Amino acid sequence: MKHVLVIGAGPAGLTAAVAAADAGARVTVLDSGTGPGGQYWRHLPPERPSRREARLHHGWSEFERLRERTERDGSIDVVTEAQAWAIETTGGATVHALIGPSDAAGREALALEADSLVFATGAHDRTLPFPGWNLPGVFSAGAAQALAKGERIAVGRRAVVAGAGPFLLPVAQSLTATGSTVLGVYEAARTPALAKGWLPRPWRLLSSARKGGELAGYLAHHLRHRVPYRLGRAVVEARGDGRVEEAVIARLDADWSPIPGTELTVAADAVCVSHGFTPRLELPIAAGCEIGPDRFVTVDDDQRTSVDGVWAAGEITGIGGVDAALAEGRVAGHLAAGGDRSAIGPARRRRRASADFARRIEAAHGVRPGWTAWMREDTVVCRCEEVAYGALLGTAAATEQGSLRSVKLTTRAGLGICQARMCGRTVEELTGADPSRAADTSDRRPLAAPVRLGDLAGLSSKDDPQKGEH
Amino acid sequence: MSSIVPFESDPIRPAEPRCLTISVDGERIEGLRGQSIAGILLAQGRTAWRTTVAGRERGVFCGIGVCFDCVGTVNGESDVRLCLRRARDGDTVETQDDSEEDTR
Amino acid sequence: MRTDVVIVGAGIIGAACAREAARAGLSVTVVDRGAAASATSARGEGNLLVSDKAPGPELDLALLAADHWPGLAAELADELGGAFPDIEYQRKGGVVVATTPEGAEPLRAFARRQTELGVEAADLSVPEALELEPHLDPAVAAAVHYPQDAQVQPVIATEALLASARRAGAKILPHSEVVGPVRDRNGRLGGVRTAAEAISAGAVLVAAGPWSGEVARTLGADLPVRPRRGMVLVTSRMRQRVFHKVYDADYFGATQSSDEGLQTSSVIESTPGGTVLIGSSRQQIGFDDRLRVEVLARIARKALRLFPFLETTSAIRAYGGFRPYVPDHLPVIGEDHRDPGLWYATGHEGAGIGLAGVTGALIGAQLTGAEPALDPRPFQLSRPSLAAHLSPGGPT
Repeated sequence: MKHVLVIGAGPAGLTAAVAAADAGARVTVLDSGTGPGGQYWRHLPPERPSRREARLHHGWSEFERLRERTERDGSIDVVTEAQAWAIETTGGATVHALIGPSDAAGREALALEADSLVFATGAHDRTLPFPGWNLPGVFSAGAAQALAKGERIAVGRRAVVAGAGPFLLPVAQSLTATGSTVLGVYEAARTPALAKGWLPRPWRLLSSARKGGELAGYLAHHLRHRVPYRLGRAVVEARGDGRVEEAVIARLDADWSPIPGTELTVAADAVCVSHGFTPRLELPIAAGCEIGPDRFVTVDDDQRTSVDGVWAAGEITGIGGVDAALAEGRVAGHLAAGGDRSAIGPARRRRRASADFARRIEAAHGVRPGWTAWMREDTVVCRCEEVAYGALLGTAAATEQGSLRSVKLTTRAGLGICQARMCGRTVEELTGADPSRAADTSDRRPLAAPVRLGDLAGLSSKDDPQKGEH
Repeated sequence: MSSIVPFESDPIRPAEPRCLTISVDGERIEGLRGQSIAGILLAQGRTAWRTTVAGRERGVFCGIGVCFDCVGTVNGESDVRLCLRRARDGDTVETQDDSEEDTR
Repeated sequence: MRTDVVIVGAGIIGAACAREAARAGLSVTVVDRGAAASATSARGEGNLLVSDKAPGPELDLALLAADHWPGLAAELADELGGAFPDIEYQRKGGVVVATTPEGAEPLRAFARRQTELGVEAADLSVPEALELEPHLDPAVAAAVHYPQDAQVQPVIATEALLASARRAGAKILPHSEVVGPVRDRNGRLGGVRTAAEAISAGAVLVAAGPWSGEVARTLGADLPVRPRRGMVLVTSRMRQRVFHKVYDADYFGATQSSDEGLQTSSVIESTPGGTVLIGSSRQQIGFDDRLRVEVLARIARKALRLFPFLETTSAIRAYGGFRPYVPDHLPVIGEDHRDPGLWYATGHEGAGIGLAGVTGALIGAQLTGAEPALDPRPFQLSRPSLAAHLSPGGPT
């Protein structure tokens, strides 16, 4: 019997696990969260049961089906609070994980070698810096969403949602569902870009039926709650004494450069911003998977990566939304288990339809270079090390460096505890790094998570991976 | 100000939550079972608890364990992401201040 | 393109040599296959040590370097001004400890021999050691304080040397890989070819660190420089609790070993960024840069023996690199006796950051015919201890 190891228990990972079990494999799923579902189905913990939790979600019945199946099926073992922190490739791929409360010392160490590996590690928000984005009260849009769905926390009373992409709409909905007043959703893309991305073939949007319905639902929700949805605008500054008190919103040109004189200041205690997504690539990179020029894991039509026995599904292969993730997870899990390709024709077709969605999001909402016009000399770029925009560009100019490794080490941008997860892409773009070069990508992190030295020291001295038992 | 949706009026009809108590910098704070430590702080209206080297306040930014802005010391172990860490009854949390020399 | 000297490698050694040569009035071009300051120079702690050098030519070089760095750091700061980041030169001193009773006397004896040659070294009682390093495990068997040991931020130092070299007229060409030599009809080396162009030069200086053996081969010469892999762990930011460069006396044994297997030895220090760097490992596995968890585990285990408080601190990053290893553990600095026009400044293994400045000075003096600050012969390729490692047929 094949043993399939899935990393990530979001839509793609759970679907992959079930598909692999259906194809006859024994499956282990590792997820760093306290429960399955990933960011998409981020939900309340079992200690806080709610009868109508489905109201907060799309496709909740799909999640319940997957969750029940993974709980019931003896061949699927979902290990939560499992932080995969390194992958060794000196033999077959060995995944090292620590099991236990987040960041606690003394967690149980696990070294797993499986016959096949499926990465479904997802993505997190990319937030472009702007003056004041390091003030408390500024959140990534994903934070507002996760706290609303997973904790019933309203991040503020009067919230501004801004950035780019269709994800802003469900975030605003989650906020209103916690009782926050959403003052507006400010989308950086302007009508022509949206039209270019979405309108030439509107049936394509409809063909991805659920996604179309989901978006239409959000728009209806916002009309009901009188939430203004404004195009070609951005939060160009957050202000306040020690925390956010107001947000400055400006109109943007097609390049995302703010148009002088259009600034509007609104009183707000929460600013929730996302300009797209960054896939979580460190583990696939550690496993040796090729990353494409689009900065996603390269996969073929079977979700196979460049490494034998390693598959990838979901947002790490392209931002395609939940339908793509489910279809890709099914393909990856089924084939990783050694299943026959003829059994998954429909999923492979759905996967292709969804890929179109990803291209449209990029065409309509992709980051445009004019945003740097809202930066100031003292605007922090790297949040961890508090490296300012002026210092970053000044040092890169003084050293005549375009290579990320040197820029990081001379400025400390990206060297802090988040290991450039927040600022990496931004620093690359600002300094002209060429991420196709190994020295110039911010995605490579041999330690995929912090590990306490006592835990490292306690690892058994013999290379002795357990074969999926724990 | 951040807040928690009162369970009595939450349209998703939650069961009555059970409480727990943690201490934050010596102060006893009540939270709900199942909450993250960051969730407990945010429910109290606290949006910031860490101080950076430059003396700036930070709290939750990404909310999903990626940015490490929200880290604190839990039961003597530093740099714990409070947005990920589920509170346990009796947890002792100390906020981290990188702006002070020799006090952490 | 025509230049007096073409330097292959824009790491700290190439940078220091470029600066000296350019300031001596030579026209200098530096080529690097990748970006400047991004390979070995960006993969180490920035050690400027005298403490780990045994009496011999490398100690002479290290003592000269210890005298040389303060002036160099001040010159660079003056020249480059406040807009350039500080190279973080700190003469913080080293504390070398023996963690076993058997290691105590050899450490003290080693220090005594060094002091005869001008090294400052003070034998410490345990209370004295704890005064310097309050968080050190009090169970240490012996400790010696070396006030001359220093630290520099290696990437900033490399960039500063390059910037200074540029101001003196040197040209730096990143992403220019050397693909072959330029030789005249008689076979005399007269430059290098890169993918883009031929660069003719009176002298070709190979300063490509662990890749120097390969560059030399591309140019038609054999040079016994091999890669030796090392790993370092970086912790999250913390209140400063390590104040010197603190290392286990078995580190010296590891540096001098020719064993190809894995050796680990504790080297621990804080950085101005607030992190603690924890080394070190040495392993001869070619250019294999795959992560090995066992190496990290062994580094961690040894680190806890020196500083038990590290147990609950987090490693946030692990980085590895390759050091240029030479079988007799001495750098190769000077012209190839078999191939006039071909020069080397490489093979410093883990000491390249510290020895860069004096290596540059030695090369500068020899290229211009000036009087070198110390006898260059022990560092030449023609030294007897390397004879067995050169191919008998000479240059190909």
